[in-house]
Amino acid sequence: MDLSFSKEEVAFREEVRTFFRESLDPVVRKKLQEGHHTSKDDLVNWQRTLNKKGWAVPHWPTEYGGTGWSAAKQYIFLEELQKTPAPPPLPFGVNMVGPVIYTFGNEAQKKHYLPRIANMDDWWCQGFSEPGSGSDLASLKTTAKKKGDTYIVNGQKTWTTLAQHADWIFCLCRTDPDAKKQSGISFILIDMKSKGITVRPIQTIDGGVEVNEVFFDEVVVPAENLVGEENKGWDYAKFLLGNERVNIARVGMSKERIRRIKELASSVMSGDKPLIEDPQFRQKLAATEIELKALELTQMRVVAAEGKHGKGKPDPASSILKIKGSEIQQTLTELLLEVTGPFALPFMPEGEGQNEEGDWASPIAPTYFNYRKVSIYGGSNEIQRNIIAKAVLGL
Amino acid sequence: MDFDLSEEQRLLKDSVDGLLKSSYEFEARKKYRAEKGGWSRDVWGKFAEQGLLGLPFSEDDGGFGAGPIETMIVMEALGRNLVIEPYLDTVVLGGGFLRRGSAEQRAAYLPGVIDGSKTLAFAQVERDSRYDLGDVVTSAKKSGSGYVLSGEKFVVGHGDTADTLIVTARTSGGQRDAKGVGVFLVPANAKGVDIKGYETQDGSRAADIKLNNVEVGADAAIGNAEDGLSIVNQVVDDARIALCAEAVGAMEEALKISVEYIKERKQFGVAIGSFQALQHRAADMFTALETARSMSFLASMASSFTDLDERTKTVAAAKVQIGRSARFVGQGGVQLHGGVGVTMEYRIGHYFKRLTMIEQQFGDADYHLRRVAQAGGITE
Repeated sequence: MDLSFSKEEVAFREEVRTFFRESLDPVVRKKLQEGHHTSKDDLVNWQRTLNKKGWAVPHWPTEYGGTGWSAAKQYIFLEELQKTPAPPPLPFGVNMVGPVIYTFGNEAQKKHYLPRIANMDDWWCQGFSEPGSGSDLASLKTTAKKKGDTYIVNGQKTWTTLAQHADWIFCLCRTDPDAKKQSGISFILIDMKSKGITVRPIQTIDGGVEVNEVFFDEVVVPAENLVGEENKGWDYAKFLLGNERVNIARVGMSKERIRRIKELASSVMSGDKPLIEDPQFRQKLAATEIELKALELTQMRVVAAEGKHGKGKPDPASSILKIKGSEIQQTLTELLLEVTGPFALPFMPEGEGQNEEGDWASPIAPTYFNYRKVSIYGGSNEIQRNIIAKAVLGL
Repeated sequence: MDFDLSEEQRLLKDSVDGLLKSSYEFEARKKYRAEKGGWSRDVWGKFAEQGLLGLPFSEDDGGFGAGPIETMIVMEALGRNLVIEPYLDTVVLGGGFLRRGSAEQRAAYLPGVIDGSKTLAFAQVERDSRYDLGDVVTSAKKSGSGYVLSGEKFVVGHGDTADTLIVTARTSGGQRDAKGVGVFLVPANAKGVDIKGYETQDGSRAADIKLNNVEVGADAAIGNAEDGLSIVNQVVDDARIALCAEAVGAMEEALKISVEYIKERKQFGVAIGSFQALQHRAADMFTALETARSMSFLASMASSFTDLDERTKTVAAAKVQIGRSARFVGQGGVQLHGGVGVTMEYRIGHYFKRLTMIEQQFGDADYHLRRVAQAGGITE
């Protein structure tokens, strides 16, 4: 047993840290530190910076642009990215549809889509959830009917993150209406510019527009946009969701948030002392730091096991990472909220003039509201508990 | 970064597990508790035969020169089996002090520890000391070339069967001064030592001990008699690390038997483990166990840290996590068992009790959380 990183890994950490800090636009970094929204251009520019460096898709196989790094290095890369903080890669391309395409897609699809994902020439969004299909995803109703060499798609997707920017959507559609639930679903790539697609924004409780409804009305999709085999889409979706869980702990991001809490709580006064010297506040923060440390070590255990025993099936223990990671992220936004005191109240729509005194505080309550999402998306924490109960404990 | 055990460590684990499987059935443990002194000399002899009692000592001292991971492996196994023999008191605590003692002290005491013929106990807790190791009223007054010890010590683990007590006593300063705390080896049968033993909540043994003008030689002091608190802190941190591992073992077994129970127990015509409310509790217990295991690993690694502040802070953080997890898993295990969980007849209640008592030893979660908070947290 050895929990330390090797010399080479320590040097690697230094290398990525330096690169991130030197090549990221300081304005974008500041936005992220203070909890402001980043723009489409911020994300695209950063992804292209990474791509130029050859780090756009480190975890992909080397033949498609991956770096061939060990599991430990992948972990260090992500942690440093989050600690900087730099914009997290948009997951829909690099973490979701990319791996599905290189694992199950045909050569033409790989050749066309993968480089465009790495360079963010296409902005991808995810068409899984429907109004009637949340945790019970397999009950989805959107249909794709074969007609000549096309599919005709009808139905509705929801919670579609950043669909307002999207060029493409990967969709689960029912291709065999008579098959039982999980069978009869196909994985289809759809151009968002297609006739018959309508995007309706959903305003979230923080006042932002992050998610949308996407309507499909007789949308004509070339049959060549089917990934893998028809009616096997559920298998690909399970593969995709397994990948999603691994990156969900967000330890680096929480570390950066703790730094921010300490920084703010050192300047905010509580009585005649800075808030950080209030024993009760300090203990709450310390308790969260300990939970984060435990999460970090647990994450490292999962990473080390993956490095040793190969990727294979997603480790069901990674459900712990989702549960604890999301709980800690939520606690930290709650502690940030406590730091703001009365300055939590002013609502400042982004881009409008900001109250000077409340400037640092205005994005904090919205972030707290918004972060209730992290225990809901990606398989709610209750679903994760079901996974542990069934896959780990055999219940 | 590697969380796997080495080949040798795996062999150690297999041999401890094998030994305890054959000698520590639930019924056997009841018999050991009824033996003279409240634990089994026979099992202790087997520990000695397998080399467990000599693990952490250097080869020069007759031991095996094993590190903190080996101790962790043993403690986890002891936790899984609710072992009541004085391993923590004799090998981790007593042995921890002796390892930091003089060559003469090591030569005088370690052979008896390693061959299983002698046991040790650490007499530290006082009426008002609670978890503060530096809060010491018991006095050690210089007398000729030696010392005279007077005072009262409480809840000394296995203090009623130990051959030698290791006692903290004040050579100078006031009750809570960091300076002036010494550590002394005191034969249990020395004149003026009055020992009153009793059973503990978790089926083990402890004693309250009065020291009435007990005379010891100059060679009784371990380290600097005028300034020994740093040694006490280090050794007790090692005991906390060991308790973390023991708790992980106990939690692992508590979860296992609880899951087995809800798979078998039927109500409403089905196994109660098919109910989601119980499944989610069990899943949360699994999460509590695994996060505790991660912190136990980290604590064992911290044993080798040379930066003592970092070492102490890391161990404190681990004890917080273990305390919280142990509470949750212990209580949850009983709840999943229902009525039988609160009987002496089922194993789960005994795990619950041991896990509860671990929290009360060498600082509970609140105590250690305060320390971590005062140190400014643990995020780098």
